Amino acid sequence: MSGVTVPALWAEGVTKSYGGRTIIQDISLSLEKGELVCLLGVSGAGKTTLFHSLSGLERPDSGRVLLEGEDVTGHPGKISYMLQKDLLLPHKRVADNVALPLVIQGKSAREARAEALPYFKQFGLEGTEGKYPAQLSGGMRQRAALLRTFLGSRGVVLLDEPFSALDALTKREIHKWYLGVMEQLRLTTLFVTHDIDEAVLLSDRVCILAGQPGRIAAELPIRSQRPRGMEFALSEEFLAYKKEILNLLEA
Amino acid sequence: MKKSPSITSKLPAAGALTALVLLWLAVSEGGIVPAFLLPSPVEVVQALVSDAPILWENALVTLAEAAWGLGIGILAALVLATLMHRARVLYRAFYPLLVITQTIPTIAIAPLLVLWMGFGMAPKVTLVALTTFFPVTVSLLEGYASTDRAAADLLRSMGAGRWQIFRHLEFPSALSHFFSGLRVSASYAVVGAVISEWLGGFEGLGVYMTRVKKAYAFDKMFAVIIVIVVVSLLLMALVTVLRRKACPWEAFEKIERND
Repeated sequence: MSGVTVPALWAEGVTKSYGGRTIIQDISLSLEKGELVCLLGVSGAGKTTLFHSLSGLERPDSGRVLLEGEDVTGHPGKISYMLQKDLLLPHKRVADNVALPLVIQGKSAREARAEALPYFKQFGLEGTEGKYPAQLSGGMRQRAALLRTFLGSRGVVLLDEPFSALDALTKREIHKWYLGVMEQLRLTTLFVTHDIDEAVLLSDRVCILAGQPGRIAAELPIRSQRPRGMEFALSEEFLAYKKEILNLLEA
Repeated sequence: MKKSPSITSKLPAAGALTALVLLWLAVSEGGIVPAFLLPSPVEVVQALVSDAPILWENALVTLAEAAWGLGIGILAALVLATLMHRARVLYRAFYPLLVITQTIPTIAIAPLLVLWMGFGMAPKVTLVALTTFFPVTVSLLEGYASTDRAAADLLRSMGAGRWQIFRHLEFPSALSHFFSGLRVSASYAVVGAVISEWLGGFEGLGVYMTRVKKAYAFDKMFAVIIVIVVVSLLLMALVTVLRRKACPWEAFEKIERND
């Protein structure tokens, strides 16, 4: 801690093959604490493989994954991963669903619930504690899944298309809300999307994942002021970023 | 108001049952079929009332056999299905064997069981266990297999081991399937006990049935059949109640599906 800041998440030369085919090659990424980085990629560029490797679900063939300087390569349970669907377990009440990572870490169900409850208000889930996931709306289910991801994390979360299933209005609301929560909780986020607008609206930086095998083809910092509301979404600046990203994707 | 749809949905069944009883009444009372071959429903009800103490006594014996057999069957199914699910080798080894055992007619093994185990409760309980354990095993295996792969990945990404995945995901996901199988098994259980009683024993509805059959007391035969049906239905209803207690979330999922 002598002035040199350790990145919250640091992937170094991550490569992974299946059955002789290299899916992702030499991927390096570094996220500062509190940063929100978007991974934008064509389908088939290996984003699932990359996220599986970062989360520890798969062990990369080579390369390392560091969480605040600690080598967590191939160790699940350290970097929190939200898969594409909300995957709330239908048989558990919302409180037990979001507290599940804590139970997996060895806490009792009661302790885990007690730890989760104070966050319900912040995540807009007040009053849903005792309900079952089938009783929640799409936006609520997504926020519950995000709360679960946060509770299981040590400040770094991987989100795989977290908002893609939501309608446009809900999406805009949840974007605004998520940026607020991220700041309050000092979360570091790496997320995948296919939605360029979403990438520009949310990110500090956009990474383009492309090619076969997939590599980080380009990185583009988004320097626009926050909050980025409606005005921004219609501005020249926004369009310029969008154009640049489209050009990078075509390349 | 909330209950009205379920009442209206049951009306056709109640109507059909009433029509059938009326037809039976007409056929027997009208002299179309001689009374010694087909007793009228009135006689059957009379037999039910007059034999109530004996029927009750015997029903308790049969129910005890059915319950023990079902309990052992469930336990065996839980153990076997879980082991087969955890080890593919066991699955490949035992699944065909399981199917083959189901083609063996109950009637054929019941006398063997009596020869091996005597006239007491043991052969009855064994037969019930053998017939009830299969539906539960198969439905549990199906349930385990239907677990969402992505959800299993999610739990693994949280650092969950195999036991934790089983406990938090696979077993609860299989519960609904388990109860569907158990309902089928519950309907087999009483019939299985009765069949094994036919072939040797001192008490129970099956024993009583062979006794009244030999006396050509057809009204009493029908009375026993009704008792068997009622006991089976009660057992199935008990499974439904247990299912509601064990899977409270299903109530909400059904609402969602109907929308």
